[in-house]
Amino acid sequence: MRISTGYGTKPAGGGFETFSWYFFRVSGVLLIFLVIIHLIVMHVTTDVACTTYQFVAQRYDNPLWRLFDWLLLTLALLHGMNGLRVVIDDYVRGRGARLVLLSTAGTLTLVFFMLGTITLITFQHSANVGVSCLH
Amino acid sequence: MYKGQSGMWSWLLHRVTGLGILLFLFIHIVDVSLLGFGPRVYDEGIALFDSVIVRLLSLSLIGAVLLHAFNGVRIMVIDFWRKGVKYQLAMFIIALALTIAGFIPFAIYILAPVLPFLHIHTTTITK
Repeated sequence: MRISTGYGTKPAGGGFETFSWYFFRVSGVLLIFLVIIHLIVMHVTTDVACTTYQFVAQRYDNPLWRLFDWLLLTLALLHGMNGLRVVIDDYVRGRGARLVLLSTAGTLTLVFFMLGTITLITFQHSANVGVSCLH
Repeated sequence: MYKGQSGMWSWLLHRVTGLGILLFLFIHIVDVSLLGFGPRVYDEGIALFDSVIVRLLSLSLIGAVLLHAFNGVRIMVIDFWRKGVKYQLAMFIIALALTIAGFIPFAIYILAPVLPFLHIHTTTITK
């Protein structure tokens, strides 16, 4: 039984699968901008060897960068885990295995969301910020 | 009717790149959480990303991200444009071309610090 789809015709009925279908597309469009900006900031305008603690501390003095990173975290995690849910739905047939895998995926979503959010919120610009670049 | 055609390859690539990016996201959330242990620990984690092997891995991740993004746009055009299905193969080829075009500048910037003949970074030289 194929329950969900992240690809192709929009599921009819207006239930969770329809919401999921729209969520993939709306979060996808936002992620294109968020991810490409993130990649340019971390790999082009600054080399990765200079994305040190000091660099993060300077960026996070501006709360808008924290908001940017939190949006990136939340949308990427929900978009990716919803994709994983579709993959599990597609390939795992046994009831028990489905229950275990889907609940593990749900738990992982919550754990990673909390770890990322706590990291973002609790970061403080300490007196010692270390080096600007690694070499 | 579907097996072996362009639609299958774009579908498979979308799924494989998506899962690969998700796996990296898990690693990335954990490595960023090292911020909570202060500059010494965090910068040790960042040093890993500076190595040649991880720079190449980052590049493969960027290739996957670009393909997933451009093919995602293709999927939405198929969904919302009446003639989308008719041009799906052409749009898949465009997505592949844009991925390669976007990948090249990233490759130059990411590999420049480890390839001495590419001197475009000023940020790595400053101490």
